[in-house]
Amino acid sequence: MAESPVKFRFIGKHRRAVEHKRFVVGQGHYAADIHLQGMLHVALVASPYASARIVSIDASAALAMPGVHAVLSGEELRLATDPMLPGVDAPQVTRLPLAVDVASYAGEWVVAVVAESRALAEDAAELVMVDYETLPHIVDPEAAMAEGAPLVHPAHGSNVIFKRKFVWGPVDEDFAKCAHQLSYRVRWARNSTVPIETFAVACDWNDSTGVLDVWASIQMPKFPDQVAKALRLPGNAVRVHFDVDVGGSYGLKRGLKHSVLVGYLARKLGRPVRLVEDRLENMRGGDMQGPDRQFDVTLGFQKDGTVRSMRMRAVDDIGAYSGRSPLQLGKPVGAIVGPYRIQSVEYEAIAVMTNKTPQEAVRGFGQAPTNYALETGIDKVARFLDMDRIELRRRNMIGKDEFPYLIPSGTHYDSGDYATVLGKALDAAPFAGIVAERDRLRAQGLLAGIGISTCLEPSGGNSSFEPLFNPKNETTTWMDSCLVRVDLSGSITALMGTSTSGQAHETMVSTVVAEILHREPDSIRVLHADSLNALPSNRPVGSRMAIMLGGAAAGAAKKIRDKLLRIAAHNLSVAFDDLVYEGGHVAVKQDSARSMSWDALIEIAHRKFHKLPEGMEPGLQEKFVWEVPTGGQLPTEDGRVQMYPCHSFESHVVLTSIDPGTCKVTLRRYVCGHDCGVMISPDVVHGMTYGGIAHGIGASLMEKFAFSDEGQLLSGTFMDYLLPTSSEVPAITIVDHCTPSPLTEFGQKGSGEAGYLGSPAAIASAVNDALAPLGAVIDYLPMTPQAIWLALGDAKERAANATAT
Amino acid sequence: MNPNVKATMSTKHSLQIRVNGVNYQREVEPRTTLVDFLRDEIALTGTHVGCEHGVCGACSVMLNGEPVRSCCMFAVQADGMQVTTVEGLAPERGSMSKIQDAFCEKHALQCGYCTPGMLIACHALVAETPHPSAAQVREAISGNLCRCTGYQQIVDAVMHATAAEGANHG
Amino acid sequence: MKAAPFDYKRADSLSEALDALAEHGGEAKLIAGGQSLVPMMAMRLARPAVLVDINRLTSLKTVTTESGHVHMGACVRQRDVEHSAALCASLPLVQQALHWVGHQQTRNRGTVGGSLAYADPSAELPLACLVLGGTLHLESQANGARTVAAQDFFLGPMFTAIGEDECLVAIDWPIWQGGRVASVFEETAIRHGDFAMASAACQLQLDGQGVVSAISFGLGGVGGTPLTFPALAAQLIGQTLTPALAKDVAQAAAAQSEPGNDMHASAPYRRHLSAVLLERVLRQSATQAAA
Repeated sequence: MAESPVKFRFIGKHRRAVEHKRFVVGQGHYAADIHLQGMLHVALVASPYASARIVSIDASAALAMPGVHAVLSGEELRLATDPMLPGVDAPQVTRLPLAVDVASYAGEWVVAVVAESRALAEDAAELVMVDYETLPHIVDPEAAMAEGAPLVHPAHGSNVIFKRKFVWGPVDEDFAKCAHQLSYRVRWARNSTVPIETFAVACDWNDSTGVLDVWASIQMPKFPDQVAKALRLPGNAVRVHFDVDVGGSYGLKRGLKHSVLVGYLARKLGRPVRLVEDRLENMRGGDMQGPDRQFDVTLGFQKDGTVRSMRMRAVDDIGAYSGRSPLQLGKPVGAIVGPYRIQSVEYEAIAVMTNKTPQEAVRGFGQAPTNYALETGIDKVARFLDMDRIELRRRNMIGKDEFPYLIPSGTHYDSGDYATVLGKALDAAPFAGIVAERDRLRAQGLLAGIGISTCLEPSGGNSSFEPLFNPKNETTTWMDSCLVRVDLSGSITALMGTSTSGQAHETMVSTVVAEILHREPDSIRVLHADSLNALPSNRPVGSRMAIMLGGAAAGAAKKIRDKLLRIAAHNLSVAFDDLVYEGGHVAVKQDSARSMSWDALIEIAHRKFHKLPEGMEPGLQEKFVWEVPTGGQLPTEDGRVQMYPCHSFESHVVLTSIDPGTCKVTLRRYVCGHDCGVMISPDVVHGMTYGGIAHGIGASLMEKFAFSDEGQLLSGTFMDYLLPTSSEVPAITIVDHCTPSPLTEFGQKGSGEAGYLGSPAAIASAVNDALAPLGAVIDYLPMTPQAIWLALGDAKERAANATAT
Repeated sequence: MNPNVKATMSTKHSLQIRVNGVNYQREVEPRTTLVDFLRDEIALTGTHVGCEHGVCGACSVMLNGEPVRSCCMFAVQADGMQVTTVEGLAPERGSMSKIQDAFCEKHALQCGYCTPGMLIACHALVAETPHPSAAQVREAISGNLCRCTGYQQIVDAVMHATAAEGANHG
Repeated sequence: MKAAPFDYKRADSLSEALDALAEHGGEAKLIAGGQSLVPMMAMRLARPAVLVDINRLTSLKTVTTESGHVHMGACVRQRDVEHSAALCASLPLVQQALHWVGHQQTRNRGTVGGSLAYADPSAELPLACLVLGGTLHLESQANGARTVAAQDFFLGPMFTAIGEDECLVAIDWPIWQGGRVASVFEETAIRHGDFAMASAACQLQLDGQGVVSAISFGLGGVGGTPLTFPALAAQLIGQTLTPALAKDVAQAAAAQSEPGNDMHASAPYRRHLSAVLLERVLRQSATQAAA
């Protein structure tokens, strides 16, 4: 259905975010704002080499400096902590916060210096003498897979940390039945969402209580547990404060190595310790880079444009260690065919290690590169068949009456209406208008083109890529929770067990609780628990919080509401079903004069035990803990699994021009059609979509972690790693559509990755549409002016060769 | 590489500076940047550090009424000057400036980290150009990086705050 | 990224600053706006033992118009030139160049002299200075005052004729008298405000017949220093600057450049870009002057 038929009180309305009040007056509470008495500061000494044996470390000059309290090496950490393990089955690929014996990438942290100020720590860091013996290094992923390549982790025996070929459906047969097939390669350059706040963590150990307090700029599932495990502490000895404001994360801020390092130092020194990455440490050694992929794709299709089958080989250069990175090849399995009725898929995922900075989870967890790869192919099929790209998409798109739709890799898409969203985006452009504008630009001598993308945004953050990629990992629980309490005065408080990095969870939860309890959203206080008093949460990843936290908040609020109804039923001597709950008051359906007010009900719950129904718990506090909908199952033998529960969708329409001389791209018109079901906080959803598109613009046109042949990061500052400014991001129009999810309380789907998942595909589509009249093609990102110039040059050369023969 | 770093701190200098209408006198090391002085010496943590090399603009403050990058100045260079930080933009405690209010109304922020610098840039623009065009807003904030918002709702907020008298105000 | 420790001295007069330079030799650096220097110090790429602050010297902030040139103190802020209607009229090329210099926040602190002394090969003000044929005034305690022509001032990347004990105190910017003068400054960077991958600047004057009577043009970002092409320019005197001629001149100039490579732009691409931009500024200048 196009519109949600339910009328909501608060959901879906314009509302100011609770969080913003403190941010606009400079009262945010970020990790670097935390001052603890006697706090010491950390600076890092990093390896200058991509691969080198650490021969010796001489810290004597550093330790002799006044104000320096400790110099820590990897050897000490190896003895005192447990290593961090990869998410795939590769137990030899371990990692410690500081390199031990061997440094495996330029920028890897080798020594930590602790001093009374960050400036002193940096002074002392310069005095640490590390003697290295360089070793052979490998930076090219294809070369890293070849026989005889230097091994990043010799104990693992290979540079391939994960490789698996999935075959879902009769791929060979389907290809044999296809009239045509075409093959192509695309490259998604290494980039990531680079928040403006770097990672920061402060730890304070208390000898008497045996608790390690942690304040970190964190967005990570199972962070407290993993910190505790690495530090060999019981889980209830680590208290992570989730009320620290996080200055952007978009997936990246796992910070496990930083936190283990600082936690260890705090315990060792008996004083609070803080590490705030500077930008150099962050870019090169913070392990916050993202997917770095080459896709080789073959599509099999019919004369009428029906795409029947696909083979995709995805190689990801994950760098020198593995955190979540190989799993980022797994999540896209849940939407591997995009919005299309492709019937069979062969998917080979290969994660390769090289001597580069490792990756962390980036917004979309691999979906954005995969969407780019698939959409590029759809455009190529259209060009091959001389068919309109929009028409081709319409032909292949799953229809609105086909949901729930089962894709070959085992996921059911819950709901959607892709054609309508595409149509809305085209109308908003308006399409005829941008076609005319494109032609006008071309007449002026510019290159100009229109880009289209139609992409899935899976949401609901399931963990099923974990057992999919590592059969030894049987995790199927991916729960979330909320506690709601109404106090003696009738005020409502909700408690959530996660940190927030801009997603306005306090606003979302208070809107949801208000919706159920019919109370003013701004009167509902939402708090971040800490890890010792929180209910379980798997935190915001995979666009899950509207679904999971929203669902939990609704669940807890409903329990409160039902309890109030039962108290009223008992006191009015009527059946539960004879009552109506309105505005916090309860009345008898047939006789509204017989009612009980909110205040009266609260008072009974908290004070008048003699008026409570038999066996009812006094007070008004309810928790709700639940598993992700459709979750809880292990993958099949052939790797089919229900990945995420809910499926949002976006369709981008972009008009771009390219200066044929400078080859610089200008985005002239940008429209995004978006369907994430019912939006709880539309302002927030829109804001995140605009931001996601900006991330996509950066990835498409200017962002790249570039490495030299020696494994040196060339773009380690903001002078070379180029983030889009307000001059590079155009005005954007978003048009909404709503296909509610049947799986959630209000029909909401997740939307945290919106915009980013479809924009690189659309911008590449537009650029290629602009280049096509000159016979030029560009199949790699970022599409910088130089990259476009090279593509135009290649086309000229091909044309010259063609006439020459 | 083992440069000859001094083992002792360099001589501190006396700094007199007026921040958000309050006079301060402190002894500071010359190498302390203005942003670190504001955050660490006088506990005004509203101004943020994003890059420490003059690109992201998160550290923007008003210096004698003009927006500057406080990571690109040593505090001693600001001796005798007036600084306004995000904490000083509201007319009084508990209230907000029109632009701060518009930022809330239009959701011109998400994580809030770039917001202080962004607000400084916007206030500076509006002080000079009371009714800017959207293009002028984009130009004025082009030296402030944001990774959350895509800038759209920031532009909307300033346009909303500066709409002609009689139009809808937040 | 905290700077290495240093001592700080705020000069109350130019001679105090010069004395400090003389006393400390290469261990001292001058700071004015600091927009380039402070980040370099934060990254510990620059680590002077002594920082001499000249940013309050009013004697270095004066601007006077003398016969045929503007005499501009080295510590005049970029934003003050940008916002001066008078200077926009007399030095249009400088005003155009400033439009590309960093961002408003950096121009609020950055000085004209600071940009010239820093001499980044991609920087706009050095290119404008070279194209206009500016004169740089230097002073030291030991040798007093001297002048250096722009063509002898920019010696290499981040390297100028300023001696270790010298301070750049002022710049003479030539004013082109008479009518039918046009100036155009163009650059291409990946983002607005970034270092240019290549830039081109032209100032020309046409006579009553629409023929070139004076012209100077140059390229930035395609060599160790900004480049001008006096020989090519001389050939244009007395000519009508047609589009075809503009193209030929641009190609010839670009062919003489020696651009470097970096992750954003290779040498061949920069050379291509410089030809494109130079052709455009030549054509646009000719069109504007004729109007």
